[in-house]
Amino acid sequence: MSIREFAESGADLELVGIQKRFPGFTAIEELDLTIPAGSFFALLGPSGCGKTTTLRLVAGLEEPTAGRILIGGKDVTDTKAHQRPVNTVFQSYALFPHMSIIDNVAFGLKRRRIGDAQTKAHEALKLVELDHLAQRRPAQLSGGQQQRVALARAIVNRPALLLLDEPLGALDLKLRRQMQLELKTIQEEVGLTFLHVTHDQEEAMTMADTVAVMNKGAIEQMGAPEELYELPRTAFVANFLGKSNLFTGDVVGTTESAMTVDAGGHRITVATARSQRHRGLVTVGVRPEKVTLHAEQPDEVADRNLLGPGRVIDVSFAGVSTEYIVAVPGVGTMSVFAQNMTFGPVAHEGSEVWLSWDVEHGFGLSDEPDESSRFPADADTQSIAVQRREALITELEGS
Amino acid sequence: MSGEVQAAAVLGGLTESEELEDRRGPQRPRRRRIGLGDWLLPVYVVLAFIFLLIPIAYTFVFSFNDSLKSNIAWRGFTFDKWLNVCNVEGGAVCEAFGNSIVIGLVSTVVATTLGTMIAIALVRYRFRARSAISLLLFLPMATPEVVLGAGLAAQFLAVGVPKDMLTIILAHTMFCISFVVVTVKARVASLDPALEEAGRDLYGSPREVFWRITFPLLTPGIMAAALLSFALSFDDFIITNFNSGSVTTFPKYIYISASRGIPAEANVIASAVFLVALAIVVIAQVSRAARAKRLAAQMG
Repeated sequence: MSIREFAESGADLELVGIQKRFPGFTAIEELDLTIPAGSFFALLGPSGCGKTTTLRLVAGLEEPTAGRILIGGKDVTDTKAHQRPVNTVFQSYALFPHMSIIDNVAFGLKRRRIGDAQTKAHEALKLVELDHLAQRRPAQLSGGQQQRVALARAIVNRPALLLLDEPLGALDLKLRRQMQLELKTIQEEVGLTFLHVTHDQEEAMTMADTVAVMNKGAIEQMGAPEELYELPRTAFVANFLGKSNLFTGDVVGTTESAMTVDAGGHRITVATARSQRHRGLVTVGVRPEKVTLHAEQPDEVADRNLLGPGRVIDVSFAGVSTEYIVAVPGVGTMSVFAQNMTFGPVAHEGSEVWLSWDVEHGFGLSDEPDESSRFPADADTQSIAVQRREALITELEGS
Repeated sequence: MSGEVQAAAVLGGLTESEELEDRRGPQRPRRRRIGLGDWLLPVYVVLAFIFLLIPIAYTFVFSFNDSLKSNIAWRGFTFDKWLNVCNVEGGAVCEAFGNSIVIGLVSTVVATTLGTMIAIALVRYRFRARSAISLLLFLPMATPEVVLGAGLAAQFLAVGVPKDMLTIILAHTMFCISFVVVTVKARVASLDPALEEAGRDLYGSPREVFWRITFPLLTPGIMAAALLSFALSFDDFIITNFNSGSVTTFPKYIYISASRGIPAEANVIASAVFLVALAIVVIAQVSRAARAKRLAAQMG
């Protein structure tokens, strides 16, 4: 595909065996990823997981240490950023401060010598409802407006692939919602392939049709948002995407459809089909909103796990729902989300409660819970750049 | 070179310092007794300004002196010297002035171009001995001019280069580069690399990204560096004196003629240079104020 013409539609993105090392650390261990044309794909992960590096590799702003990048089936690994049919909405927006808004938007079109750049730029500005500010300078716009200009400046080029680097990070909650909706609408209207990088799980889940959770330079799990949420495969996914109550113990019994784990003296049953491992020490879990709180000991019911009695140690009321933290002897603390169907919290601090949930709602993980992995060293794009520079300085001055 | 270093600071800060003034709100009047500090400060300020401005005022006033040979005693007011500035001593003043302008322009263009490239390289790229080079670039600024001038003269002699305009231009370019690098480097360092990345992302070839994004954003720094270079070159005497051979620049002309009385024509040229510089500053201020006003109107 020549960059002199518009992409007819979104293109597949294929990353094959990508590895990226910076002096001193490895940002991406080994990454294989295929993003089908026309999809809205989100790379979700904590800072330093390698998601921004992945984006920069696709944009051509970094070169992979190993591996190939294919866009629309064509190998672009050795091409430069300006030769790729890809556009980026930068985290800092990176609007050119010395140009008017309209010149910012028309920049890409003019570089590609596409005719009628001004008209097309005005159309793109109309799409983000900012055409009336076309003659202003970026500094005269609010953060939200700048963000929309950055978006217009990218989509006006009709790239086969649009890259979004935490574009909503700097916006307040209301603007974020508005922009999320706008992005989604634009994606449906123009039918491009979107690759969205974010650390905000809610943003990833509401906008993307496929989410890949990244951790420590590799993809932990990939799938539709509801699939990832309801059936996490690793402790990292279970805790990064929402909250989970996790229990670790030995498998003590297996039937055809379910297996039972002994966690601190409590028997917890999980559907076999929803578990990754079926023998030895396993970690199983359940989402807090799937758990029901009982003020009195309920009767044992088949296909339902029952824990208790436990003691409520914290109640936080959040309007639509209340979160209860319950200490259960043997398994530690558990979190329970309950919708406030009646007025106010149904249990108070210190009350004795029982917890139950459907066996079908539990899940079994392929690894053990590892709390230390939740907040690794801060390494967003900027600190990667800083680390990289410092590593180079030591390298150069050492020699 | 301490005076020139000060000039560097003034020029470098030219862009930011004025904006601060606009933001200062109106001061609330306060009623209180007049104390010692209230009159001491104005008196001190007036005295300081008189001290600073007397040489300039003297030069300006004596450019209108109807002098004969020496221009020391006041002999009456005349416009003759301004009107016939090039007619004295076979036009020697004007020739020296012309030489200074040519030397200033050429060494400014060369030093600004090279210095800007060095500054970008030092900030944007990592290479062996980068910090050593940064440090070495300060040397010409720190070295006494006498030493630099004598050293260069010895080198030119050793290599066998005849001293003329070219040797002066080479010498000026050499010491101007350091000032350009220091001025432009600060500007490059404050430039967000994401802007250039955005340019590449938006199909700009390396050349297009430089000319359409990097260069325009560096322009204020480059302009400040160029003005500084020109000012440094134009009034340099020591290094020039060592390397000029028979070529006379304006400062050299003044120095030579000082022993037998500086002609009023020299005062005319000095005053003219001063007025031009003053005009540039005033124009810059007025256009800045106009731009700020227009911007405010647009925002409103």
